[in-house]
Amino acid sequence: MDHLGFIAAVYGSTFVVIVALVVRTVAQGRALASKVADKDKPWT
Amino acid sequence: MSTQLSLGRVARAVAAKDLRIEMRSRVVINQVFPFAGLVMVMFAFALDNDDVLTRVAGGLVWLATLFSLIIIIQRSFAVDTADGALEAQRVAGLDPAGIFIGKALAVMMQLVTLEVVLFLAAIVLYRVQLQSDGVVLLVTCVISATAGLSFVGTLYGGLTAGARGRETLLPLLMLPVVAPVLIGATRATESAFMSGGAAVSDGWPWVGVLVVFAAVFGLGGILSFGSLIEE
Amino acid sequence: MNVQTFNARVATPTTRLVGAMAIASMAWVVLGGLFVTPKDVDQGDAVRIMYVHVPTAWVAYLAFIVTAVASACWLLSRKHSMGFDRVAGASAEVGVIFMAMTLLSGSLWGRITWGAFWAWDPRLTTTAFLLVTYIGYLAVRGLGGSLEQRARRSAVIALLAVLEIPLVHFSVLLWRSLHQNASVLSGDGDIKMDGSMLTTLLVGVIGFTCTFAWLVMHRQRVLAMQDAMEMTQLDAALRERANESSRLK
Repeated sequence: MDHLGFIAAVYGSTFVVIVALVVRTVAQGRALASKVADKDKPWT
Repeated sequence: MSTQLSLGRVARAVAAKDLRIEMRSRVVINQVFPFAGLVMVMFAFALDNDDVLTRVAGGLVWLATLFSLIIIIQRSFAVDTADGALEAQRVAGLDPAGIFIGKALAVMMQLVTLEVVLFLAAIVLYRVQLQSDGVVLLVTCVISATAGLSFVGTLYGGLTAGARGRETLLPLLMLPVVAPVLIGATRATESAFMSGGAAVSDGWPWVGVLVVFAAVFGLGGILSFGSLIEE
Repeated sequence: MNVQTFNARVATPTTRLVGAMAIASMAWVVLGGLFVTPKDVDQGDAVRIMYVHVPTAWVAYLAFIVTAVASACWLLSRKHSMGFDRVAGASAEVGVIFMAMTLLSGSLWGRITWGAFWAWDPRLTTTAFLLVTYIGYLAVRGLGGSLEQRARRSAVIALLAVLEIPLVHFSVLLWRSLHQNASVLSGDGDIKMDGSMLTTLLVGVIGFTCTFAWLVMHRQRVLAMQDAMEMTQLDAALRERANESSRLK
Protein backbone atom coordinates (compact mmCIF):
# COMPACT_ATOMS: atom_id res chain seq x y z
CA MET A 1 0.00 0.00 0.00
CA ASP A 2 1.49 3.38 -0.90
CA HIS A 3 1.19 6.33 1.47
CA LEU A 4 0.75 3.84 4.31
CA GLY A 5 1.89 6.39 6.89
CA PHE A 6 -0.68 8.98 5.83
CA ILE A 7 -3.54 6.48 5.64
CA ALA A 8 -2.63 5.00 9.02
CA ALA A 9 -2.41 8.50 10.50
CA VAL A 10 -5.89 9.40 9.24
CA TYR A 11 -7.58 6.18 10.38
CA GLY A 12 -5.61 6.10 13.62
CA SER A 13 -6.22 9.69 14.65
CA THR A 14 -9.91 9.60 13.74
CA PHE A 15 -10.75 6.40 15.59
CA VAL A 16 -8.54 7.18 18.59
CA VAL A 17 -10.27 10.55 19.00
CA ILE A 18 -13.74 8.97 18.68
CA VAL A 19 -12.95 6.22 21.19
CA ALA A 20 -11.45 8.74 23.61
CA LEU A 21 -14.56 10.90 23.29
CA VAL A 22 -16.85 7.92 23.93
CA VAL A 23 -14.84 6.75 26.96
CA ARG A 24 -14.75 10.25 28.43
CA THR A 25 -18.47 10.79 27.91
CA VAL A 26 -19.40 7.47 29.51
CA ALA A 27 -17.04 8.02 32.44
CA GLN A 28 -18.41 11.52 33.04
CA GLY A 29 -21.98 10.24 32.75
CA ARG A 30 -21.44 7.39 35.22
CA ALA A 31 -19.68 9.67 37.73
CA LEU A 32 -22.48 12.23 37.61
CA ALA A 33 -25.30 9.67 37.50
CA SER A 34 -24.27 8.28 40.86
CA LYS A 35 -24.59 11.74 42.40
CA VAL A 36 -27.68 13.12 40.68
CA ALA A 37 -31.08 11.93 41.85
CA ASP A 38 -33.13 9.91 39.35
CA LYS A 39 -35.87 12.54 39.24
CA ASP A 40 -33.42 14.80 37.39
CA LYS A 41 -32.78 12.08 34.81
CA PRO A 42 -35.84 11.95 32.59
CA TRP A 43 -34.46 9.02 30.57
CA THR A 44 -34.33 6.55 33.47
CA MET B 1 -42.90 56.21 34.81
CA SER B 2 -41.18 56.12 31.49
CA THR B 3 -42.51 57.37 28.21
CA GLN B 4 -41.61 55.36 25.14
CA LEU B 5 -39.14 57.29 23.01
CA SER B 6 -38.96 56.70 19.30
CA LEU B 7 -36.17 54.53 17.91
CA GLY B 8 -34.54 57.44 16.11
CA ARG B 9 -34.46 59.67 19.18
CA VAL B 10 -32.98 56.91 21.34
CA ALA B 11 -30.34 56.20 18.70
CA ARG B 12 -29.45 59.86 18.34
CA ALA B 13 -29.27 60.40 22.10
CA VAL B 14 -27.07 57.33 22.66
CA ALA B 15 -24.76 58.25 19.76
CA ALA B 16 -24.48 61.85 21.02
CA LYS B 17 -23.71 60.60 24.53
CA ASP B 18 -20.92 58.28 23.34
CA LEU B 19 -19.41 60.95 21.08
CA ARG B 20 -19.59 63.55 23.87
CA ILE B 21 -17.77 61.18 26.23
CA GLU B 22 -15.11 60.74 23.55
CA MET B 23 -14.82 64.49 22.92
CA ARG B 24 -14.21 65.05 26.63
CA SER B 25 -11.97 62.07 27.39
CA ARG B 26 -10.17 61.92 24.03
CA VAL B 27 -9.14 58.30 24.63
CA VAL B 28 -9.67 57.25 21.01
CA ILE B 29 -7.89 60.33 19.59
CA ASN B 30 -4.99 60.19 22.02
CA GLN B 31 -4.52 56.41 22.23
CA VAL B 32 -6.22 54.50 19.44
CA PHE B 33 -5.15 56.80 16.58
CA PRO B 34 -1.46 56.67 17.56
CA PHE B 35 -1.78 52.89 18.00
CA ALA B 36 -3.17 52.50 14.47
CA GLY B 37 -0.42 54.73 13.07
CA LEU B 38 2.14 52.62 14.89
CA VAL B 39 0.69 49.46 13.34
CA MET B 40 1.09 51.02 9.89
CA VAL B 41 4.76 51.77 10.58
CA MET B 42 5.28 48.25 11.97
CA PHE B 43 3.87 46.75 8.75
CA ALA B 44 6.51 48.71 6.83
CA PHE B 45 9.23 47.26 9.09
CA ALA B 46 7.88 43.72 8.69
CA LEU B 47 7.46 43.80 4.90
CA ASP B 48 10.61 45.86 4.27
CA ASN B 49 10.00 46.41 0.56
CA ASP B 50 8.54 49.54 -1.07
CA ASP B 51 6.93 47.72 -4.02
CA VAL B 52 5.29 45.11 -1.81
CA LEU B 53 4.02 47.85 0.52
CA THR B 54 2.41 49.76 -2.34
CA ARG B 55 0.87 46.55 -3.64
CA VAL B 56 -0.68 45.45 -0.31
CA ALA B 57 -1.42 48.92 1.12
CA GLY B 58 -5.19 48.43 0.98
CA GLY B 59 -5.06 45.25 3.03
CA LEU B 60 -2.76 46.82 5.60
CA VAL B 61 -5.08 49.81 6.10
CA TRP B 62 -8.01 47.46 6.73
CA LEU B 63 -5.99 45.23 9.05
CA ALA B 64 -4.99 48.27 11.10
CA THR B 65 -8.67 49.27 11.13
CA LEU B 66 -9.72 45.82 12.41
CA PHE B 67 -7.18 45.93 15.24
CA SER B 68 -8.36 49.41 16.18
CA LEU B 69 -11.99 48.29 15.95
CA ILE B 70 -11.39 45.78 18.75
CA ILE B 71 -10.05 48.54 21.01
CA ILE B 72 -12.74 51.06 20.07
CA ILE B 73 -15.50 48.52 20.79
CA GLN B 74 -13.97 47.62 24.13
CA ARG B 75 -13.71 51.30 25.00
CA SER B 76 -17.28 51.94 23.85
CA PHE B 77 -18.68 49.29 26.21
CA ALA B 78 -16.21 49.90 29.04
CA VAL B 79 -17.74 53.37 29.29
CA ASP B 80 -21.17 51.81 29.69
CA THR B 81 -20.45 48.85 31.96
CA ALA B 82 -18.10 50.62 34.39
CA ASP B 83 -20.94 52.29 36.29
CA GLY B 84 -23.77 50.09 35.08
CA ALA B 85 -24.91 52.62 32.50
CA LEU B 86 -25.94 49.95 29.99
CA GLU B 87 -28.04 48.31 32.69
CA ALA B 88 -29.55 51.69 33.55
CA GLN B 89 -30.43 52.43 29.92
CA ARG B 90 -32.16 49.08 29.66
CA VAL B 91 -34.04 49.46 32.92
CA ALA B 92 -35.06 52.98 31.89
CA GLY B 93 -37.05 51.35 29.11
CA LEU B 94 -34.91 52.50 26.17
CA ASP B 95 -35.49 50.42 23.07
CA PRO B 96 -32.48 48.04 22.80
CA ALA B 97 -32.59 48.43 19.00
CA GLY B 98 -32.15 52.19 19.52
CA ILE B 99 -29.20 51.63 21.87
CA PHE B 100 -27.69 49.30 19.26
CA ILE B 101 -28.06 51.78 16.40
CA GLY B 102 -26.82 54.66 18.55
CA LYS B 103 -23.69 52.87 19.74
CA ALA B 104 -22.98 51.58 16.22
CA LEU B 105 -23.33 55.13 14.84
CA ALA B 106 -20.86 56.49 17.38
CA VAL B 107 -18.40 53.70 16.58
CA MET B 108 -18.90 54.38 12.87
CA MET B 109 -18.04 58.08 13.24
CA GLN B 110 -14.85 57.24 15.14
CA LEU B 111 -13.86 54.54 12.64
CA VAL B 112 -14.43 56.72 9.57
CA THR B 113 -12.24 59.43 11.08
CA LEU B 114 -9.59 56.85 11.81
CA GLU B 115 -9.78 55.43 8.29
CA VAL B 116 -9.31 58.87 6.71
CA VAL B 117 -6.13 59.27 8.75
CA LEU B 118 -4.96 55.77 7.84
CA PHE B 119 -5.55 56.31 4.12
CA LEU B 120 -3.60 59.57 4.27
CA ALA B 121 -0.84 57.65 6.06
CA ALA B 122 -0.93 54.99 3.32
CA ILE B 123 -0.53 57.66 0.64
CA VAL B 124 2.43 59.17 2.47
CA LEU B 125 4.12 56.06 3.89
CA TYR B 126 3.26 53.37 1.32
CA ARG B 127 3.30 55.69 -1.76
CA VAL B 128 -0.05 54.60 -3.14
CA GLN B 129 -1.63 56.69 -5.91
CA LEU B 130 -5.29 57.61 -5.80
CA GLN B 131 -6.72 58.66 -9.19
CA SER B 132 -9.83 60.78 -9.30
CA ASP B 133 -12.04 57.95 -10.66
CA GLY B 134 -11.01 55.75 -7.73
CA VAL B 135 -12.25 58.28 -5.16
CA VAL B 136 -15.95 57.45 -5.53
CA LEU B 137 -15.25 53.73 -5.17
CA LEU B 138 -13.04 54.32 -2.14
CA VAL B 139 -15.59 56.51 -0.37
CA THR B 140 -18.45 54.03 -1.00
CA CYS B 141 -16.24 51.16 0.13
CA VAL B 142 -15.21 52.97 3.33
CA ILE B 143 -18.81 53.82 4.26
CA SER B 144 -20.27 50.36 3.59
CA ALA B 145 -17.35 48.47 5.17
CA THR B 146 -17.38 50.70 8.24
CA ALA B 147 -21.11 50.24 8.67
CA GLY B 148 -20.65 46.45 8.63
CA LEU B 149 -17.72 46.59 11.05
CA SER B 150 -19.61 48.85 13.47
CA PHE B 151 -22.71 46.66 13.49
CA VAL B 152 -20.78 43.45 14.10
CA GLY B 153 -18.55 45.14 16.67
CA THR B 154 -21.47 46.60 18.62
CA LEU B 155 -23.33 43.30 18.51
CA TYR B 156 -20.47 41.23 19.90
CA GLY B 157 -19.30 44.05 22.16
CA GLY B 158 -22.75 44.07 23.79
CA LEU B 159 -22.61 40.31 24.20
CA THR B 160 -19.21 40.28 25.88
CA ALA B 161 -19.72 43.50 27.87
CA GLY B 162 -19.36 42.70 31.55
CA ALA B 163 -18.37 39.09 30.91
CA ARG B 164 -15.30 37.50 32.39
CA GLY B 165 -12.36 37.43 29.98
CA ARG B 166 -14.01 39.82 27.53
CA GLU B 167 -10.67 41.20 26.30
CA THR B 168 -9.80 37.84 24.77
CA LEU B 169 -13.31 36.67 23.92
CA LEU B 170 -14.24 39.68 21.77
CA PRO B 171 -11.54 39.16 19.09
CA LEU B 172 -12.22 35.40 19.02
CA LEU B 173 -15.90 35.99 18.33
CA MET B 174 -15.63 39.05 16.13
CA LEU B 175 -12.67 38.44 13.80
CA PRO B 176 -14.09 35.36 12.03
CA VAL B 177 -17.33 37.24 11.45
CA VAL B 178 -15.69 40.31 9.91
CA ALA B 179 -13.47 38.23 7.59
CA PRO B 180 -15.77 38.94 4.59
CA VAL B 181 -15.36 42.68 5.29
CA LEU B 182 -11.59 42.33 5.29
CA ILE B 183 -11.66 40.43 1.99
CA GLY B 184 -14.21 42.72 0.34
CA ALA B 185 -12.87 46.05 1.55
CA THR B 186 -9.29 45.08 0.71
CA ARG B 187 -10.15 44.07 -2.85
CA ALA B 188 -12.28 47.18 -3.41
CA THR B 189 -9.55 49.42 -2.00
CA GLU B 190 -6.92 47.76 -4.19
CA SER B 191 -9.12 48.47 -7.20
CA ALA B 192 -9.49 52.09 -6.14
CA PHE B 193 -5.71 52.37 -5.82
CA MET B 194 -5.33 50.33 -9.02
CA SER B 195 -2.60 48.32 -7.28
CA GLY B 196 -1.40 45.17 -8.99
CA GLY B 197 -2.97 46.25 -12.28
CA ALA B 198 -6.53 46.13 -10.92
CA ALA B 199 -9.18 48.23 -12.67
CA VAL B 200 -11.50 50.53 -10.74
CA SER B 201 -14.56 48.72 -12.14
CA ASP B 202 -13.36 45.44 -10.52
CA GLY B 203 -14.06 46.92 -7.12
CA TRP B 204 -17.82 47.41 -7.42
CA PRO B 205 -18.92 43.77 -6.92
CA TRP B 206 -17.03 43.87 -3.64
CA VAL B 207 -18.90 46.97 -2.52
CA GLY B 208 -22.04 44.92 -3.15
CA VAL B 209 -20.74 42.24 -0.76
CA LEU B 210 -20.00 44.92 1.83
CA VAL B 211 -23.48 46.45 1.54
CA VAL B 212 -25.15 43.02 1.91
CA PHE B 213 -22.95 42.30 4.93
CA ALA B 214 -23.82 45.60 6.60
CA ALA B 215 -27.53 45.11 5.92
CA VAL B 216 -27.55 41.54 7.28
CA PHE B 217 -25.74 42.37 10.49
CA GLY B 218 -27.53 45.68 10.96
CA LEU B 219 -30.83 43.84 10.85
CA GLY B 220 -29.46 40.98 12.98
CA GLY B 221 -28.30 43.46 15.59
CA ILE B 222 -31.59 45.36 15.70
CA LEU B 223 -33.46 42.09 16.24
CA SER B 224 -31.13 40.42 18.73
CA PHE B 225 -29.36 43.17 20.70
CA GLY B 226 -32.09 43.21 23.32
CA SER B 227 -31.73 39.54 24.15
CA LEU B 228 -27.91 39.79 24.20
CA ILE B 229 -27.64 42.57 26.79
CA GLU B 230 -30.57 41.35 28.89
CA GLU B 231 -29.56 40.00 32.29
CA MET C 1 -40.51 12.65 51.76
CA ASN C 2 -39.93 10.78 48.55
CA VAL C 3 -37.15 8.26 48.26
CA GLN C 4 -34.29 9.34 46.07
CA THR C 5 -32.79 6.69 43.85
CA PHE C 6 -29.42 6.89 42.17
CA ASN C 7 -29.23 4.84 39.03
CA ALA C 8 -25.61 4.88 37.90
CA ARG C 9 -26.36 3.92 34.31
CA VAL C 10 -26.64 6.57 31.62
CA ALA C 11 -27.47 4.30 28.69
CA THR C 12 -30.96 3.47 27.50
CA PRO C 13 -32.14 0.85 24.98
CA THR C 14 -32.13 3.55 22.27
CA THR C 15 -28.55 4.62 22.84
CA ARG C 16 -27.45 0.97 23.09
CA LEU C 17 -29.04 0.22 19.73
CA VAL C 18 -27.51 3.31 18.10
CA GLY C 19 -24.14 2.46 19.65
CA ALA C 20 -24.27 -1.11 18.36
CA MET C 21 -25.11 0.12 14.87
CA ALA C 22 -22.20 2.58 15.07
CA ILE C 23 -19.73 -0.12 16.11
CA ALA C 24 -20.88 -2.54 13.40
CA SER C 25 -20.67 0.01 10.61
CA MET C 26 -17.35 1.39 11.84
CA ALA C 27 -15.92 -2.13 11.69
CA TRP C 28 -17.14 -2.37 8.10
CA VAL C 29 -15.51 0.97 7.27
CA VAL C 30 -12.14 -0.09 8.63
CA LEU C 31 -12.17 -3.52 6.96
CA GLY C 32 -13.80 -2.36 3.74
CA GLY C 33 -11.90 0.90 3.48
CA LEU C 34 -8.47 -0.58 4.14
CA PHE C 35 -8.70 -4.04 2.55
CA VAL C 36 -11.80 -4.87 0.51
CA THR C 37 -12.19 -1.83 -1.74
CA PRO C 38 -9.90 -1.50 -4.79
CA LYS C 39 -7.37 1.25 -5.44
CA ASP C 40 -8.49 4.28 -7.37
CA VAL C 41 -7.17 4.58 -10.93
CA ASP C 42 -5.72 8.08 -10.36
CA GLN C 43 -5.29 8.32 -6.61
CA GLY C 44 -4.13 4.79 -5.79
CA ASP C 45 -4.39 3.85 -2.14
CA ALA C 46 -4.82 7.49 -1.09
CA VAL C 47 -8.51 7.16 -1.93
CA ARG C 48 -8.89 5.04 1.23
CA ILE C 49 -8.71 8.27 3.25
CA MET C 50 -12.03 9.25 1.68
CA TYR C 51 -13.97 6.59 3.67
CA VAL C 52 -13.04 8.40 6.88
CA HIS C 53 -12.71 11.98 5.69
CA VAL C 54 -16.05 12.39 3.92
CA PRO C 55 -18.21 10.97 6.76
CA THR C 56 -16.31 13.09 9.32
CA ALA C 57 -16.95 16.23 7.29
CA TRP C 58 -20.62 15.25 6.90
CA VAL C 59 -20.98 14.82 10.66
CA ALA C 60 -19.26 18.15 11.34
CA TYR C 61 -21.68 20.02 9.11
CA LEU C 62 -24.65 18.01 10.41
CA ALA C 63 -23.64 18.93 13.96
CA PHE C 64 -23.83 22.64 13.21
CA ILE C 65 -27.15 22.28 11.45
CA VAL C 66 -28.45 20.49 14.56
CA THR C 67 -27.07 23.28 16.76
CA ALA C 68 -28.74 25.95 14.65
CA VAL C 69 -32.08 24.12 14.52
CA ALA C 70 -32.05 23.38 18.26
CA SER C 71 -31.18 27.03 18.99
CA ALA C 72 -34.03 28.25 16.80
CA CYS C 73 -36.37 25.79 18.55
CA TRP C 74 -35.29 27.13 21.92
CA LEU C 75 -35.91 30.74 20.89
CA LEU C 76 -39.24 30.00 19.23
CA SER C 77 -40.69 27.54 21.73
CA ARG C 78 -42.94 29.18 24.27
CA LYS C 79 -41.68 27.01 27.12
CA HIS C 80 -37.97 27.66 26.42
CA SER C 81 -37.24 24.04 27.26
CA MET C 82 -33.61 23.62 28.38
CA GLY C 83 -33.48 20.33 26.46
CA PHE C 84 -33.14 22.27 23.18
CA ASP C 85 -30.30 24.32 24.63
CA ARG C 86 -28.44 21.22 25.82
CA VAL C 87 -28.83 19.47 22.48
CA ALA C 88 -27.46 22.62 20.79
CA GLY C 89 -24.48 22.68 23.14
CA ALA C 90 -23.78 18.94 22.97
CA SER C 91 -24.00 18.98 19.19
CA ALA C 92 -21.61 21.95 18.91
CA GLU C 93 -19.09 20.24 21.19
CA VAL C 94 -19.12 17.08 19.09
CA GLY C 95 -19.10 19.18 15.91
CA VAL C 96 -15.98 21.11 16.87
CA ILE C 97 -14.06 17.88 17.44
CA PHE C 98 -15.25 16.35 14.16
CA MET C 99 -14.47 19.55 12.29
CA ALA C 100 -10.91 19.51 13.64
CA MET C 101 -10.60 15.85 12.55
CA THR C 102 -11.95 16.78 9.11
CA LEU C 103 -9.31 19.47 8.68
CA LEU C 104 -6.59 17.09 9.87
CA SER C 105 -7.53 14.17 7.62
CA GLY C 106 -8.22 16.57 4.75
CA SER C 107 -4.82 18.19 4.98
CA LEU C 108 -3.09 14.80 5.06
CA TRP C 109 -5.09 13.71 2.03
CA GLY C 110 -4.28 17.02 0.34
CA ARG C 111 -0.57 16.51 0.96
CA ILE C 112 -0.76 13.25 -1.03
CA THR C 113 -3.04 14.32 -3.87
CA TRP C 114 -2.08 17.95 -4.46
CA GLY C 115 1.25 18.09 -2.65
CA ALA C 116 0.19 20.74 -0.14
CA PHE C 117 -1.36 20.52 3.31
CA TRP C 118 -3.53 23.55 2.74
CA ALA C 119 -5.11 25.37 -0.20
CA TRP C 120 -7.17 28.56 -0.09
CA ASP C 121 -10.16 26.80 -1.47
CA PRO C 122 -13.62 28.12 -0.49
CA ARG C 123 -14.64 24.79 1.04
CA LEU C 124 -11.50 24.50 3.15
CA THR C 125 -11.55 28.13 4.22
CA THR C 126 -15.22 28.01 5.18
CA THR C 127 -14.61 24.85 7.20
CA ALA C 128 -11.75 26.52 9.07
CA PHE C 129 -13.93 29.57 9.81
CA LEU C 130 -16.74 27.34 10.96
CA LEU C 131 -14.35 25.69 13.41
CA VAL C 132 -13.22 29.02 14.88
CA THR C 133 -16.79 30.32 15.01
CA TYR C 134 -18.01 27.34 16.99
CA ILE C 135 -15.02 27.44 19.32
CA GLY C 136 -16.27 30.97 20.02
CA TYR C 137 -19.80 29.62 20.46
CA LEU C 138 -18.54 27.17 23.10
CA ALA C 139 -16.68 30.03 24.81
CA VAL C 140 -19.95 31.99 24.97
CA ARG C 141 -21.64 28.96 26.54
CA GLY C 142 -18.96 29.03 29.22
CA LEU C 143 -19.52 32.68 30.12
CA GLY C 144 -21.61 31.83 33.17
CA GLY C 145 -24.83 33.36 34.40
CA SER C 146 -28.19 31.67 34.68
CA LEU C 147 -29.23 28.74 32.49
CA GLU C 148 -31.76 30.97 30.76
CA GLN C 149 -29.12 33.60 30.04
CA ARG C 150 -26.71 30.98 28.69
CA ALA C 151 -29.42 29.53 26.46
CA ARG C 152 -30.51 32.90 25.06
CA ARG C 153 -27.01 34.20 24.40
CA SER C 154 -25.77 31.03 22.78
CA ALA C 155 -28.91 30.61 20.67
CA VAL C 156 -28.44 34.12 19.24
CA ILE C 157 -24.75 33.41 18.56
CA ALA C 158 -25.62 30.13 16.83
CA LEU C 159 -28.12 31.87 14.57
CA LEU C 160 -25.67 34.71 13.80
CA ALA C 161 -23.18 32.03 12.77
CA VAL C 162 -25.75 30.74 10.29
CA LEU C 163 -25.73 34.24 8.77
CA GLU C 164 -21.97 34.47 8.85
CA ILE C 165 -21.00 31.17 7.23
CA PRO C 166 -22.67 31.73 3.82
CA LEU C 167 -21.19 35.25 3.71
CA VAL C 168 -17.70 33.88 4.41
CA HIS C 169 -18.17 31.12 1.85
CA PHE C 170 -19.45 33.48 -0.81
CA SER C 171 -16.74 36.08 -0.28
CA VAL C 172 -13.98 33.46 -0.40
CA LEU C 173 -15.57 32.03 -3.54
CA LEU C 174 -15.58 35.46 -5.17
CA TRP C 175 -12.07 36.16 -3.90
CA ARG C 176 -10.68 32.96 -5.42
CA SER C 177 -12.57 33.25 -8.68
CA LEU C 178 -11.09 36.69 -9.33
CA HIS C 179 -7.60 35.33 -8.89
CA GLN C 180 -6.02 33.25 -11.61
CA ASN C 181 -4.93 30.09 -9.81
CA ALA C 182 -7.97 27.86 -9.96
CA SER C 183 -8.98 25.60 -7.15
CA VAL C 184 -6.69 22.64 -6.65
CA LEU C 185 -9.76 20.67 -5.71
CA SER C 186 -11.18 20.88 -9.20
CA GLY C 187 -9.77 17.45 -10.01
CA ASP C 188 -11.16 15.55 -7.07
CA GLY C 189 -14.53 14.71 -8.51
CA ASP C 190 -12.74 12.24 -10.70
CA ILE C 191 -12.78 9.28 -8.36
CA LYS C 192 -14.42 6.47 -10.32
CA MET C 193 -16.41 4.56 -7.74
CA ASP C 194 -17.37 0.95 -8.13
CA GLY C 195 -20.04 -0.78 -6.04
CA SER C 196 -17.86 -1.75 -3.09
CA MET C 197 -16.42 1.77 -2.81
CA LEU C 198 -19.81 3.44 -2.89
CA THR C 199 -21.23 0.97 -0.35
CA THR C 200 -18.29 1.48 2.01
CA LEU C 201 -18.65 5.24 1.78
CA LEU C 202 -22.38 5.00 2.45
CA VAL C 203 -21.85 2.68 5.42
CA GLY C 204 -19.24 5.14 6.68
CA VAL C 205 -21.73 8.00 6.53
CA ILE C 206 -24.32 5.90 8.39
CA GLY C 207 -21.79 4.74 10.98
CA PHE C 208 -20.44 8.20 11.68
CA THR C 209 -23.96 9.60 11.89
CA CYS C 210 -24.86 6.91 14.46
CA THR C 211 -21.69 7.76 16.40
CA PHE C 212 -22.70 11.42 16.33
CA ALA C 213 -26.23 10.62 17.53
CA TRP C 214 -24.88 8.42 20.31
CA LEU C 215 -22.38 11.09 21.43
CA VAL C 216 -24.96 13.88 21.40
CA MET C 217 -27.50 11.85 23.38
CA HIS C 218 -24.97 10.91 26.03
CA ARG C 219 -23.33 14.32 26.16
CA GLN C 220 -26.75 15.94 26.45
CA ARG C 221 -27.46 13.74 29.48
CA VAL C 222 -24.15 14.73 31.04
CA LEU C 223 -25.01 18.40 30.55
CA ALA C 224 -28.47 17.83 32.04
CA MET C 225 -26.94 16.22 35.12
CA GLN C 226 -24.36 19.01 35.43
CA ASP C 227 -27.15 21.59 35.34
CA ALA C 228 -29.17 19.57 37.87
CA MET C 229 -26.13 19.33 40.17
CA GLU C 230 -25.66 23.08 40.00
CA MET C 231 -29.29 23.67 40.85
CA THR C 232 -29.16 21.24 43.80
CA GLN C 233 -26.02 22.89 45.12
CA LEU C 234 -27.64 26.30 44.73
CA ASP C 235 -30.75 25.11 46.57
CA ALA C 236 -28.63 23.65 49.35
CA ALA C 237 -26.67 26.89 49.69
CA LEU C 238 -29.88 28.91 49.81
CA ARG C 239 -31.37 26.60 52.43
CA GLU C 240 -28.22 26.93 54.52
CA ARG C 241 -28.39 30.73 54.34
CA ALA C 242 -32.07 30.61 55.30
CA ASN C 243 -31.29 28.40 58.29
CA GLU C 244 -28.48 30.71 59.33
CA SER C 245 -30.67 33.79 59.29
CA SER C 246 -33.50 32.03 61.15
CA ARG C 247 -30.99 30.92 63.81
CA LEU C 248 -29.82 34.51 64.21
CA LYS C 249 -33.36 35.71 64.86
